[in-house]
Amino acid sequence: MSIINEMRLDFPALPENESFARMVISGFMLPLNPTLEQLADVKTAVSEAVTNAIIHGYGMGKGTVRLHATRSDDGTLAIDVIDRGCGIADVEHARQPFYTTSEGEERSGMGFTVMESFMDAVEVQSAVGRGTTVRLIKRIPARAEALAQQA
Amino acid sequence: MLLYEKKKNTLTVRLSGELDHSVAAAIRAEVDELILDPRIRRLVFDLNDLEFMDSSGIGLIIGRYKLMSRRGGTVAVACRNGRVDQIFEMAGLYQLVERLA
Repeated sequence: MSIINEMRLDFPALPENESFARMVISGFMLPLNPTLEQLADVKTAVSEAVTNAIIHGYGMGKGTVRLHATRSDDGTLAIDVIDRGCGIADVEHARQPFYTTSEGEERSGMGFTVMESFMDAVEVQSAVGRGTTVRLIKRIPARAEALAQQA
Repeated sequence: MLLYEKKKNTLTVRLSGELDHSVAAAIRAEVDELILDPRIRRLVFDLNDLEFMDSSGIGLIIGRYKLMSRRGGTVAVACRNGRVDQIFEMAGLYQLVERLA
């Protein structure tokens, strides 16, 4: 497996950049010829990760969010959403459904659950005071290949 | 975008476009102002024209459900978008609010 294409985007932790990040990742994955469903899966997961970085990583304060993505010749899309914010003390706990630290904001605590449901893999690396990297993996094999696997 | 219609004791809120964290607070403020009207007993979210929603939508609906149930009112959701429906299902939302066809 080798990487065919790669992108890196740094943007300030502003809510208006949530939709911008979704647009960017949609454009990047188009050469993989995704179905509308796969496109929606990835956009939703990226939206969750970027929103987490803005709300929780930086607590709606200043900071930079990095979106880094690669696409490989086997159809694997790997996306890193990186912040240098407060970090997560207990990642396993934070990934539980309905876990939230922002009660007043009406966050449902379903962000990680949504990411896990729509992606093939979700990896979280975090260090308190240093930041969090969420790695989202989606496999989008070529349509011909996918048909062959089903046959 | 948010459009609404009041008919007797029902307030219907139609959302279109994208519902994410960046717009959720403004929608919440607008809906909360509309349901200040004590005649409103039922709040219907018409999400049929929503193109995108992430988990921010769950918080929005559950928050309004809490407000409405506190005064004996109900909440219902209509969404044609399979993805939106799937996210609500995942959160167990339909145990609290009615799912309209």
